Amino acid sequence: MSVAHTNNIVEVKNVSFRYRNEDVLKNISLEVHEGDYLGVVGPNGAGKTTLVKIILGLITPTSGSVYLFGEDIKKFKAWSKIGYVPQKATHFDTNFPVTVKEVVAMVRYTKNGHLLSKIKDEDEHIIENALREVEMWEHRNTLIGDLSGGQQQRVFIARALAGQPEIIFFDEPTVGVDKKTQDEFYTLIKQLNQKSHLTVVLISHDIERITEEAMHIACVNKTLVCHTSAKEFFEESESLNILGHKVKVIHHQHN
Amino acid sequence: MFLNIFQYSFVVRGLEAGIIVAIVAPLIGIFLVLRRYSLIADTLAHVSLAGIAIGLLLGFNPVFSAIITTLAASLGIEKLRNSRRIYGESALALFLSGSLALSIVLLGIAHGFNTNLFNYLFGSIVTVTQMDVWVMLILAVVVICLLALFYRQLVFVSFDEDAAKVNGISTKFMNTLLIFLAAITVSLSIPIVGVLLIAALIVVPVVTALQMRKSFLKTLLYAEIISLVSVISGIAFSFYFNLSTGGTIVLIMLAIFIVTFFSRRK
Repeated sequence: MSVAHTNNIVEVKNVSFRYRNEDVLKNISLEVHEGDYLGVVGPNGAGKTTLVKIILGLITPTSGSVYLFGEDIKKFKAWSKIGYVPQKATHFDTNFPVTVKEVVAMVRYTKNGHLLSKIKDEDEHIIENALREVEMWEHRNTLIGDLSGGQQQRVFIARALAGQPEIIFFDEPTVGVDKKTQDEFYTLIKQLNQKSHLTVVLISHDIERITEEAMHIACVNKTLVCHTSAKEFFEESESLNILGHKVKVIHHQHN
Repeated sequence: MFLNIFQYSFVVRGLEAGIIVAIVAPLIGIFLVLRRYSLIADTLAHVSLAGIAIGLLLGFNPVFSAIITTLAASLGIEKLRNSRRIYGESALALFLSGSLALSIVLLGIAHGFNTNLFNYLFGSIVTVTQMDVWVMLILAVVVICLLALFYRQLVFVSFDEDAAKVNGISTKFMNTLLIFLAAITVSLSIPIVGVLLIAALIVVPVVTALQMRKSFLKTLLYAEIISLVSVISGIAFSFYFNLSTGGTIVLIMLAIFIVTFFSRRK
């Protein structure tokens, strides 16, 4: 049995995934270090979401292995260390009758959640802090379906935070939200990474923006095309050819 | 006149059974509706008809044979859905039509359709025995306890299955539990509304309550009130006006739905 490096929160080893006789991912090896901010980029259908779902144990790879916090994912139990903010559009029923606070409270009751269990004071604090962090506390009693897209996404971030994870995975968190909200998200995620020392993995199709934000970039197009520092990725325009088309990264200021 | 209703022991038994079903059906219904599993109730109801046919043919208590058949089919449906080789609703269609075909063949062997079968198809409080009430009560307690025990996990899985799984919840167990409890609920509802109308009892009060746009527990509470009002008034109406019990209950539920839907329309 191979032993993973202790500083690696995620270790993906030779992972391949085939679906209906087609390669979705081929022989991918990747590491995410503690404190890292990794942007996963690639064209549509490149397998970015599949890769993250394999890391999260939602999909079993055809071959290869995944280690979380040094432990084989098949034996991994400490799921509270992992936060996940899924792609909003595909995961969410706006008619679902839950309030913002009920959504965030979900992650606090994954083990012992019977109907009569009252929310403990400690959990109440964690939920409040998470909602305040994303500036959604005043909306705590609103139904999630009654919020705007950007607000809903904030609630999902709060839900991930309330689990008090050490690493958070974001799947296209800025899809369908306006420019101002996108800027606020990136500022929040950077704060979580730098001040709260959370390790961040963020899938994005917005290569230009994520190159400015992340520390490292993993470029996926069925295979792992490159895994490098964001700075190098930005400088080496050659590496961008691999996305299937020539991409020019334009550096610009965000107010 | 209204006191007369309680002089008949069969009405009292019918009311007892009706109240049990009215309480349990929305509890399971809210999860089925929100998970887009509404059709499972209808499918399991048809499967339970096959169970009844087996019971009638072999001389068992038809409700018991319905429970066993429905539980077995519920596991089969879940396995077929998980195999991902066919679409979820196709799995339901296979079980629905297959069990109906089996029922017809078995009932043909058991000398055709008779009034007894008619009661199982459409429900009749006249046929509810004291034994039925006790069996229903025990099953209802089992369903309520299990739903209460796993309440928050079931809500999480219903809302966001992937995130629930990442948070360490066994979604496979929760899905199997849900369909298992649906099977029990369908079986215990047979004497009151009959096989053909069970799905309405499980689905309609919840769909109506969802129109009110409240929190999860409040939605559940509204669904319970709608269900109880419909079942109790349905039994009373059917008694005084000599109507079909199951049909009357479901028509009252639909009337409440229509009023709610149009009054809450934006």
